[in-house]
Amino acid sequence: MSAAVRRTGPGAAAPPPASHLAPRELLGSALQGLRGHRLRAALSALGIAIGIGAMVAVVGVSASAQASLLAEIDALGTNLLTVSPGQTFGGQSAALPPASLAMIHHVRAVEDDAAVYQVASAGVYRTPFVPAQETGGIGVDAAGANLPRILQTGLSSGRFLGAVAQRYPEVVLGSEAASSLQIARARDHLLVYLGDTWFSVIGILRPVLIDPGLDADVFISLPVAERVFGIEPNPSEIYVRADVEDVERVSDLLAPTADPQAAEAVQVSRPAEALQARAAAKGQFTTLLLGLGAVALLVGAIGIANIMVISVLERRGEIGLRRALGATRRHIASQFLAEAALLATIGGAGGLLLGAGGPWVYAAVKDEPFVVPAYALLASPAIGLVIGTVAGLYPATRAARLSPTEALRG
Amino acid sequence: MSAIELEEVSREYPGGVRALDGVSVGIGAGERVAIVGPSGSGKTTMLTVMGTLERPSAGEVRFAGRPLRDASDARLAGLRAHRLGFVFQSFHLQDSLSALENVANGMLYTGAPGRERRAAARAALVRVGLEQRISHRPPELSGGERQRVAIARAIAKRPLVVLADEPTGNLDSRAGGDVIELLHGLAGEGATLVLITHDERIASSFPRRLQMRDGRIVADERR
Repeated sequence: MSAAVRRTGPGAAAPPPASHLAPRELLGSALQGLRGHRLRAALSALGIAIGIGAMVAVVGVSASAQASLLAEIDALGTNLLTVSPGQTFGGQSAALPPASLAMIHHVRAVEDDAAVYQVASAGVYRTPFVPAQETGGIGVDAAGANLPRILQTGLSSGRFLGAVAQRYPEVVLGSEAASSLQIARARDHLLVYLGDTWFSVIGILRPVLIDPGLDADVFISLPVAERVFGIEPNPSEIYVRADVEDVERVSDLLAPTADPQAAEAVQVSRPAEALQARAAAKGQFTTLLLGLGAVALLVGAIGIANIMVISVLERRGEIGLRRALGATRRHIASQFLAEAALLATIGGAGGLLLGAGGPWVYAAVKDEPFVVPAYALLASPAIGLVIGTVAGLYPATRAARLSPTEALRG
Repeated sequence: MSAIELEEVSREYPGGVRALDGVSVGIGAGERVAIVGPSGSGKTTMLTVMGTLERPSAGEVRFAGRPLRDASDARLAGLRAHRLGFVFQSFHLQDSLSALENVANGMLYTGAPGRERRAAARAALVRVGLEQRISHRPPELSGGERQRVAIARAIAKRPLVVLADEPTGNLDSRAGGDVIELLHGLAGEGATLVLITHDERIASSFPRRLQMRDGRIVADERR
C-alpha cells in the first residue's frame, strides 16, 4: 500500500496510480458475493447440478451395463461360429449331412470344431421307476471329447468323456440338468437311468455362456449313442472356432461346406454378434438420454443468467459503491462473471456427486461393475465452468455499463 | 497546492436539464469546504463530478493539478482507488460483511494484499472510535456507528480528498454531530474535505462555504 500511504503533499509529480484487482481477490469477491445471497446461489447451482447429474447418471449406468456386456463378449471370444440345420426352400426342417463335420474340419482357418448329436428318444431319470414323461426337460446329446474346450467351459466336478466313455455307458451332466436331477457333484458309483440303461455320472459341466440351452442337456459319447440308441449320425449343431483374422471368410464358407447340395438349409451364426448388437443399441439409447440431459443443462444455464441479471439490478448500490471505491468497468464485469462461473462450477461438481449415485444404485441392484467414466469426473465441473461463464456474460456487461451515480442514487 | 479545480464545468442530462452551469472553483489541499443549497441546486452533481464519478459535458476538471479530460475509465478508477474517499448518506455498507471487512474492502482496488488492508482497516476503525465493533456486521450497529464505519473506509487509504454527501442525513442530531466532529478532526490530519449538507448549522462549522443555486455557485464565503 506504499502508493496510498503518503502525506497529502504534492502528488502531481508522482505517476498516476492504477486500479488493480488481483485474481485471488477476484475469487474472494465472488465468494463474498455468493455468500451474501446464499439461498439464491444454491438454487441456481442446483439447476446446473441436476442437468449434469442426469448426464453423469446416464453415462455411468450405460458404461456399467456395457462393461459387463463387453466382459461377456470377451469371455466368449468373437471367433465362435455355430452351424445348425435350418429350413429348406420347401419349408421343411433340414438335417446336417453326416459328412459335414469332416468337411468343415478341413476348411482352412478353422482352428477347432465339435459336433453335438441329439438323442431324441432318450430321457434321463434317477431311477427306472420315474414315469417316462417326467423328463424334467433334460435332453440327451452325443458329443466328442473337445466339446468343453470349444465352448470355453469347464467342469465343476469330475471329468469329461474320455477313452472309456467311447465304449462304456458314461454320462456328463449339464449344470441345470444336474440340479434337476438333484446331483450336486459327480462321485464314484453314481448312476442315472438313461433311456433304459444305467449310465455312470462321471462329471458335471459348468454353465455354458455361449449356448445356455446346453445346460439342460447331458452328454454321452457318439459310439455309445449309436450302439445303444441307434441314432443317425446327423449333427444337430456344429461349433466352430475360426482364426480371429478370418472369421468373416470362414463364416461365409461354412454353409456350402456343410451341405453343398442345400446350402440354404444351413444356418450359420456368430453368438458374439448378437451381444455386440445389444451393446450398440444401448449406446444409441445413451446418446438420446444425453441429449435430454443437455436440454436440462441449457435450462439450468438460462436459469443462472436470469438470476444473475436480477442480481445485477438488485445490487446497483453495491456496483456504484465499488465504482466509487475504484473499480473499473472491467472489474465489475469480471466480478459478476466470476460469480456465475463459480456458481456453475460448484453446480457441476455437485452434479457429479448426485449423478454418480445413479450408477452406484444400478450396480448394486444388478450386480454389475460400478463404472463412472474418467472423462465424466473432469468434464462435470469443466462443463459447469463453461456454462456459468457464458450465462454470466450478459449480466456482467450490464453491470459494467451501470453509471456509478445512477447506481448510488438508486 | 490545489486538490481539485473546476473550470467552466457544465453537466447536462438528456432532456436539457443543466445540473451544473459553468461552474469554476478551486479547492486547495487541506481545505474544509461545505456545499450548501436547496435540493436541485446541483450540489450532488458537483460532488460526483469532483469525485470523477461523472464526466462534465463541458469544461475542465483538474485533480492535484492534472487535467482529467482525456483520462481513461481505468485511470479515473485508479484515482478513486488511491486518492479519493467517499462517504454517502445511505452508508452503502455490505450487510453480510463485518465492519473490518467492509473497511478493508474499501482498499480492494488498490492492489494492496489482504493482510495490509486489514491492518489499515483496523487502525482506521480504532481512529473513528469503533475498536469494540470490529467484528460486528452493519445490521448490528447503530446508524451513527455505521456511518463511522463508512468514514473509516473512506480514510483508511489516506486519501487526498474526502467527499461526503449528506453524511448526517440518515442520523439523529446527536449522532450527526459526532460524525461531523469526527470529519473535522480527520480533515485536520491532512485530508481535504468537501461535504454537502442542507443543514445551515453544520455548514457554519466549516471554514469555507459554497452556496449553490440552479447549478451555479452564488456565494463563496470564508470565515
